[in-house]
Amino acid sequence: MNSDSLVSISDFSKDEILSLLESASRFEADPNRDLLKGKVVATLFFEPSTRTRLSFETAVNRLGGRVIGFSDANTTSSSKGETLHDTIMMVSNYADLIIMRHHLEGAARYASEFSPVPIINAGDGANQHPSQTMLDLYSIYKTQGTLDNLTITMVGDLKYGRTVHSLLMAMYYFKPRFNFVACDELKMPIEYKEFCKKHDIEYHEYADFSEEVINQTDILYMTRVQRERFTDIMEYERVKNLYTLKNSMLLGSKDNLRVLHPLPRVNEISYDVDSNPKAYYFQQARNGLYARQAIICKVLGIDNN
Amino acid sequence: MTTIKNEELAVAALQNGTVIDHIPTESLFKVVNLLGIENMKSSVTIGFNLNSKKCGKKGIIKVADVFLHEDTLNRIALVAPNVKINIIRDYKVVDKHTVSLPDDIYDIVKCNNPKCITNNEPMKTHFHVIDRENVVLKCHYCERVVGKDDIALK
Repeated sequence: MNSDSLVSISDFSKDEILSLLESASRFEADPNRDLLKGKVVATLFFEPSTRTRLSFETAVNRLGGRVIGFSDANTTSSSKGETLHDTIMMVSNYADLIIMRHHLEGAARYASEFSPVPIINAGDGANQHPSQTMLDLYSIYKTQGTLDNLTITMVGDLKYGRTVHSLLMAMYYFKPRFNFVACDELKMPIEYKEFCKKHDIEYHEYADFSEEVINQTDILYMTRVQRERFTDIMEYERVKNLYTLKNSMLLGSKDNLRVLHPLPRVNEISYDVDSNPKAYYFQQARNGLYARQAIICKVLGIDNN
Repeated sequence: MTTIKNEELAVAALQNGTVIDHIPTESLFKVVNLLGIENMKSSVTIGFNLNSKKCGKKGIIKVADVFLHEDTLNRIALVAPNVKINIIRDYKVVDKHTVSLPDDIYDIVKCNNPKCITNNEPMKTHFHVIDRENVVLKCHYCERVVGKDDIALK
């Protein structure tokens, strides 16, 4: 097993998270460095995800490393029935690090158990996507100057949204206060509410996306309400516009409030919000580059001081 | 009267070996399955629907001349948490204890999540016991939590 791998954000301690944030901010100040010179990084995307793959590959390229890999498993021997085990063993002959995305949950954890080179999980089904969580944490840290004692309002699909679950778990080190805004069908699952109770994290649940909630918020984390999540299509039609953020709703919000969204957005943030300085989702995506540079260097044991 | 006699007989007849007692009848054959009794060479007595003062009806399994490994016995706690283990040497009970779930369970339970890697690769399953009392497990790989009533054996 390779203990340097990153499979889940909960693999990191508070100190490790904080040092990654520092590292990400050094990469933001100076993103082009030859720290990966002579290294080959494999990006194995058994499931397509252009956004994540480009972000990781940019991170490697800006650090002077080289990239091999595939962006669609249909072109590889896994379509011929090769096991994940064999694919990883084969690729580990060629690469110093494997960044993988897989539609099956637990795939990265399994790969990390036998791979001779470190694994970075770039998403395993609905389970974990730790680099997304790191970029969310970095975005929060950068815009608020701290991760401590913040009020975070999560809106939209809180039931299936992997990003909100991972963010919730990662924030527990930092005494957050949560507002969960969702319709009945997409409420925060009980296990995450239990997690909050167990760790003395204050949370409130709302069905209404109201200015009253927005006005106490430091971070407004929007997510997409997806049609395919609904068994009752009438219910979807009823709620789809109830969780849309409009610029007018931000009038009474705190100065430090920032709007985050893992992207892609559909209609949950009106376009009139884009020009509001509190809209932060595009910068958030760019922060992914620095967060991923920091993660890559950490798992390879490279110091970027 | 006769059933009590039968029960006494069933327990008393062992010279050396392991007696697994107080198995709820509905779990008896699951326990048989869990322990892989069908592959054992030694003589095994299985009692089903015996009267019990403690739990109404019960099941019992006696394995002659075999002292089953603690890890193996603790698997039973997955389907029947209050089962009693009696270790018999020379007709005497030398150890008596209740089974208890280990912290980790390897390759016994099947993950209920069809999208879990363990259901799609030739590999062993691994679960963490997150609540021993209520028998709640968490898949080491996909992190899905499974409660007692939904535990499926491989």
